[in-house]
Amino acid sequence: MLPDMPERISREEVAHVARLARLRLTDDELDAFTHQLGDVLAHAADVEALQLDDVPPMSHPLPLKNVLRPDVVDESVDRAEVLAAAPSAEDGQFRVPPVLGEAP
Amino acid sequence: MTDIMEGWETVIGLEVHAELATQSKLFSSSRNEFGGEPNTHVDPVSLGLPGSLPVLNEQAVELAIRVGLALNCRTQPSIFARKNYFYPDMPKDFQISQYDLPICAEGWMELPDGMRVGITRAHLEEDTGKSTHMGGGGRIHDAGYTLVDYNRAGVPLIEIVGEPDLRTPEDAKAYVAELRAILVAIGASDGKMEEGSMRVDCNVSVRRIGDPEFGTRCEIKNINSLSSLGRAIEYEARRQVDLVTSGARIRQETRHWNEDDGRTHTLRSKEEATDYRYFPEPDLVPLDPDQAWIDRVRAALPMLPSARRHRLAEAAGVGTETCALAVTRGLDDLAVAAIAAGADPARVLVHVDNNLADGAGALTAESFAALIALETGGQLSSTQTKAVLAELVARGGDPSAIAAELGFEAMATGELEALIDRLIAENPEDWAGFVDGDEKTRKKKSGFFTGQIMRETKGQADGKVVAAIMESRAGR
Amino acid sequence: MSARARDIAADVRAGRRSAVDVLEEHLARIAEREPEINAFNLVLADEARAMAQAVDAAVAAGDDPGPLAGVPVALKDNLCTRGIPTTCSSRILEGWRPPYDATVVERMRAAGAVFVGKTNMDEFAMGSSTENSAFGPTRNPVAPDRVPGGSSGGSAAAVAAGFAPLSLGSDTGGSIRQPAALCGVVGVKPTYGAVSRYGLVAFASSLDQIGPFAADVADAALLHEVIGGHDPRDSTSIPEPAPSLLARLGEGVAGLRVGVLKELCGEGVEGISPDVLARTRAAADALAAAGAVVEEASVPAAVYGLSAYYLIAPAEASSNLARYDGVRFGLRVDAATTGEMNELTRTAGFGAEVKRRIMLGTYALSAGYYDAYYGKALKVRTLIARDFAAAYERFDLLLSPTSPTTAFRLGDKTADPMVMYLNDVCTIPSNLAGHPSMSVPYGTGDDGLPIGVQLLAPAQGEAVMYRAAAVLEGGLS
Repeated sequence: MLPDMPERISREEVAHVARLARLRLTDDELDAFTHQLGDVLAHAADVEALQLDDVPPMSHPLPLKNVLRPDVVDESVDRAEVLAAAPSAEDGQFRVPPVLGEAP
Repeated sequence: MTDIMEGWETVIGLEVHAELATQSKLFSSSRNEFGGEPNTHVDPVSLGLPGSLPVLNEQAVELAIRVGLALNCRTQPSIFARKNYFYPDMPKDFQISQYDLPICAEGWMELPDGMRVGITRAHLEEDTGKSTHMGGGGRIHDAGYTLVDYNRAGVPLIEIVGEPDLRTPEDAKAYVAELRAILVAIGASDGKMEEGSMRVDCNVSVRRIGDPEFGTRCEIKNINSLSSLGRAIEYEARRQVDLVTSGARIRQETRHWNEDDGRTHTLRSKEEATDYRYFPEPDLVPLDPDQAWIDRVRAALPMLPSARRHRLAEAAGVGTETCALAVTRGLDDLAVAAIAAGADPARVLVHVDNNLADGAGALTAESFAALIALETGGQLSSTQTKAVLAELVARGGDPSAIAAELGFEAMATGELEALIDRLIAENPEDWAGFVDGDEKTRKKKSGFFTGQIMRETKGQADGKVVAAIMESRAGR
Repeated sequence: MSARARDIAADVRAGRRSAVDVLEEHLARIAEREPEINAFNLVLADEARAMAQAVDAAVAAGDDPGPLAGVPVALKDNLCTRGIPTTCSSRILEGWRPPYDATVVERMRAAGAVFVGKTNMDEFAMGSSTENSAFGPTRNPVAPDRVPGGSSGGSAAAVAAGFAPLSLGSDTGGSIRQPAALCGVVGVKPTYGAVSRYGLVAFASSLDQIGPFAADVADAALLHEVIGGHDPRDSTSIPEPAPSLLARLGEGVAGLRVGVLKELCGEGVEGISPDVLARTRAAADALAAAGAVVEEASVPAAVYGLSAYYLIAPAEASSNLARYDGVRFGLRVDAATTGEMNELTRTAGFGAEVKRRIMLGTYALSAGYYDAYYGKALKVRTLIARDFAAAYERFDLLLSPTSPTTAFRLGDKTADPMVMYLNDVCTIPSNLAGHPSMSVPYGTGDDGLPIGVQLLAPAQGEAVMYRAAAVLEGGLS
């Protein structure tokens, strides 16, 4: 890509996406990702250019529907085993640093 | 001073989340139960462990279909979607919900006063775990730390989105109460707001009466009871009218109701709203309940509160609103049967509303009707009737026998006449006033004697019978 | 003695060989070459010995340990193994021990398999060379200066190096077939839904499939039969038993209609090397010689596969990988608030390629771009499925190269992500369609390195696909 060509995604957008994804990027990483994501999106221009208004999306490769399980309770996993794998636990619960704000 | 709300209309739309009364979770087999030791109702799926996969609970779907039918919705093919956001009580950091294709759409619900409220949609989604803030001052912004319990994570929820058809806090409370009654009636949820199994978010806007456009709305969260729902709407509507009349603009935002100071506070503005990046959940396949299933669910539905109100209203010859309490108390079957057995409808409703707050106990429709016949026939005073009713609720039996046992029957005849004769003899001047006085005096003396009789009989004498005896003694 | 899985199982079941002896032979090979190859994140010597002893005990007691009795198997490190670390070759999962077994792991245990280790991979299966592993790259046993391909490079290398006769990988865009081709072994991506994904750490849920690696077609079929079949714990599992593959393996291809996929043979996608194309044509000739009717086939939308894939897979991954937040398991980098902790943990725990794909996927799903990117890609998927359906009206099977080139040198393609992504151009279309496909070794290139050809079949067409693979394999020997 030529240096004066506008990128398909801006540095600011990349920074915004990083915040959404809970990733912290250095300035160098921001530059690199801006460029690399731009390349992938440029490659995807062939798809972007297709006229597909009448084509339904396919989110599943299989024609299955109504896959259901009976409402039956099974044994819970062992709490001690699960909490042992946690970075921090206290009183049978998972411990985390204070949470700022409420769930969105 | 005029109220600033004068000339303004509040527009209210509610989103109600109710936990569905299944045995197991929406997408996995751990137990759906309120409380319990932390993290003892969990499994790889509800903990969001790597490699785990959701499988939809059939009973949750059945309950959702029930809710949809009870709310006159269309049950339609639906899919699940992921709502992506980071929060520690959301184990996968996305919530499996339904987005553009909910299971139930376009229904309505009738309130006791006959008002119809539109239902936009009802959809299935999973609940989150619970965070408890520790240390600091117990508040979210104080330092300290947070403990997370995932027992509630993955519990099935139905989110019922209502149209903005409500106009007053009373409407809103009636809507939630009615919805709760429906959910409980059909066995979909226990509807307990205090345990959080039913939660209400509220959209509020204001407009000048007659204005065809809706105002900018704010969504209020953290409403934990019917009374706080009313107070939150009241507060929020005033806040918005205040803003608009002072020339300010209302920002579309999410606000938090604070029970302690009785105000709503900004949580976040529309601009900072999270980008949830909804997309179809690839781990689940489409849901498309067939007509036979829907028909089976419909056939098994119990009679709903509105239909029960209409049935009682028709039997009693009154409006549906008058029947609301009887239905809420689940006493409408009894009331309808008592009326069918010949009881006076007005007395039936009065007793149901005033004297049967704790239920009917051992009272049958037949004994209820027989008791009301004694009351309307003058054999029992209203106070005596109430006393007999309490006995019938406690142990059942025959109203006349119980009245006799309580000594009410004798009082009505000989005993009462003897008492009146004694009082006449003891108070000759007062009696003369009653017999010969002008209308004012007569009334006064009638009151004097009746008061004495009631005191002596501890209120068990029937006022009408007393009056009749006194008239007869006075030779009238 | 035979190193083939089916022979080992037959011998162990009959009491002719002990599972412990078989295991020790393989552990010896691992001890010898693993330091150079780095196929494993973890060698399970103790656990494997216990499993082998249990198999031998069962045989001694007159019980049948099952169709994989005493067969050493290597597991890609994104398959959950109860109590045994499962890392996805990521720092963020280092040390995590799942409290449960993947369904395929359960089924192999029940079939008498012996787990020798968890194999190296590109972090979270994102890559085509196994160079994206947080624990160092795996080397190609055929030529150790070369990559084994990826992302299941460790599983391919384990079979190629004789560390285990069988291994399991996962294939989202070619992650079994491409390394199989580069290492000269058989690798199969089953029909989507044919093998349960329960316990497979998700990369892109609508594309991921677990499948076998083996030194030959019959061994792959043996493992495929064990792991396949319905699983109620996976909603996308096909509600049918595993297909019967071994019994029909020798039926040949006489009368079968085979289409050579022109878009994947240089007429649609570029960069496929001449020697790879030559071997693909040779494979077509071999099938024709065996009685198949071979013609040119077209799946026009396949040329959009790469673009669609690199929107869909990252989008699903961005959501699947959100749970690595330092709260419940794995790495945590502590901080003053949970939000900051999430961010520092993910920043420290994920490698560059994983971050890149999370970023790409988050962007493709974000408000304002969904329709242009993710939504459009899902529609392209429909086009590809339709074009395949049309092709399968004329053909029973399709044929193409597996990988555009033979194994490349370590470091050759790491500078530019787009160059690495192009490795998947031939394998991606069947993932998007959900169809089965497999790579069969078919000679070598000008550099003497293995070349694989890809057989593609319609959904649940595995039996015919394996038959053709057996014919190609037989023609070579």
